[in-house]
Amino acid sequence: MGQIHLKQVTKRFGEVEVISPLDLEIEDGEFVVFVGPSGCGKSTLLRLIAGLEDVSGGHIMIDGQDATEVPPAKRGLAMVFQSYALYPHMSVRKNIAFPLRMAGLDQAEQNRRVEDAAKVLNLTDYLDRRPGQLSGGQRQRVAIGRAIVREPAAFLFDEPLSNLDAALRVGMRLEISELHKRLSTTMIYVTHDQVEAMTMADKIVVLQAGVIEQVGSPLELYRKPRNTFVAGFIGSPTMNLLEGAEAAKHGAATIGIRPEHITISTEVGDWEGTVGVSEHLGSDTFFHINCPAFEKPLTVRASGELSLKYGAKVMLTPDLQHLHRFDAQGLRIE
Amino acid sequence: MARAITTQRKTINTLFAWAVGLIIFFPILWIFVLSFKSEGDAIKAPFEVLTSAWTLDSYATVQDRSDYFKHFWNSVTIAVGSTLLGILVAVPAAWSMAFVPSKRTRGILMWMLSTKMLPAVGVLYPIYIGFIKLGLLDTRIGLVIVLMLINLPIIVWMLYTYFKEIPGEILEAARMDGAGLREEVMYVLTPMAVPGIASTLLLNVILAWNEAFWTLNLTAAKAAPLTAFIASYSSPEGLFYAKLSAASVMAIAPILIMGWFSQKQLVRGLTFGAVK
Repeated sequence: MGQIHLKQVTKRFGEVEVISPLDLEIEDGEFVVFVGPSGCGKSTLLRLIAGLEDVSGGHIMIDGQDATEVPPAKRGLAMVFQSYALYPHMSVRKNIAFPLRMAGLDQAEQNRRVEDAAKVLNLTDYLDRRPGQLSGGQRQRVAIGRAIVREPAAFLFDEPLSNLDAALRVGMRLEISELHKRLSTTMIYVTHDQVEAMTMADKIVVLQAGVIEQVGSPLELYRKPRNTFVAGFIGSPTMNLLEGAEAAKHGAATIGIRPEHITISTEVGDWEGTVGVSEHLGSDTFFHINCPAFEKPLTVRASGELSLKYGAKVMLTPDLQHLHRFDAQGLRIE
Repeated sequence: MARAITTQRKTINTLFAWAVGLIIFFPILWIFVLSFKSEGDAIKAPFEVLTSAWTLDSYATVQDRSDYFKHFWNSVTIAVGSTLLGILVAVPAAWSMAFVPSKRTRGILMWMLSTKMLPAVGVLYPIYIGFIKLGLLDTRIGLVIVLMLINLPIIVWMLYTYFKEIPGEILEAARMDGAGLREEVMYVLTPMAVPGIASTLLLNVILAWNEAFWTLNLTAAKAAPLTAFIASYSSPEGLFYAKLSAASVMAIAPILIMGWFSQKQLVRGLTFGAVK
């Protein structure tokens, strides 16, 4: 079981409130991602759940039990740190076995579980090495191994991939998702990378300045962002947010349109503009179009086949069905 | 580009360095030479001293007149005892200052260091009286306690700097892995800090071994360590250079040998944190 409920959880460091009273329900087996810009309180929230920080107010319930005052060792959660936090003086085997040793399991059982975890994580050949002799990806796998063997109620990941290079990151992302499918254990994952959030999560929690902006599935957030912050944060490249006369025409203070929902043409369209920088990804091309009607350039996603010269005149047409409207407070208008 | 230094310049620098080194080392060398001379030869002009006969007589007389091994054991007990007791107190203190600092931690550390700036003689009287009342005068346990307290600021500071170098996330990982405070300190923190703890131990054994002010003032015969043993040879009825030298060599030899074999640890300990 791994059901975690936060009730009015608050965190203050001195006078500064880093987490405003907040409610959140994480169901058993869910893969929940906390995402937000740096300093939004996502890591603090994870550390509160882990018990590494004390809450300033509210309650943390784990499987129906109030765990607010329970020390981290007794919460039955396992955590994977950004820096891996392996014990440098122990071999990989001893690192993975450490939580079992703390739990007082006998040697045979410890060995069996370590060997199992090593097999799952392709670490069998490295069991007798020290962490210092491993690559970044291997170290991260050891850290995950150390978390798996405990058979915890939930896994907590604190930006586990941000120290890895891009290629390795994609690989590890898949491995973690695969692991979640296989174990079906609750996972809470903190990242500032919205691509990681979109690709891995069952449920995304978008945070800003210690406040939850929206909770929902990746596609819910993508299709129906509750406010301009979520609209601008989720999706890559980001949604075009436009203000002024064009927004007023649709009865909103701000309108949002995703790059893939704008058609580009050299002949007909609603908005006139000139081609700025083009980013060719092969399958797609992102054009940055400067329109006299808007302050900022618009990003348009087009087929990789389309080629337009810098400075060329183009016409843009938004797909009105996918237009997002926001009021003066930045809240979504249905 | 590396700085270019001419060979000539290098030679001059090397000679100069050796000259300074020899001047600093000379007194110890001379004590060593005198310890192998007869009392009569020891007071001759330097060149005559070198050419006179070599003898072990002074060593024999010193061991005869005052029991070297008794003093040696006193020194060992006091130096090792005070260091171990100090470590026992300092590890938890340094742990809390490094990992759960409060607003006053910095101030406490500075205050502890400031006690080292106080002239020891300033507190001699109250401590002496206290020792008499408690029956600690001329006892090894008394000296162990006093030297532990005297060196505690240094032990805490050194351990604090070592502990600060250990990433907090590793200790948090241990906590998440189910380790209580005791297990965290025993299985994770201490093994990681072994090099630091070792050099702290070494340095403090040396400091306690060489400490003369308190050992001379608080002992008479029973608990007197080697410092008191040397001092007993500088007597008012006339100096006996050869015997004094022999006693000095016997007193400093053990710590010198220990220091020689552990110099790598010591240097690392003293320069820790200076270079990453």
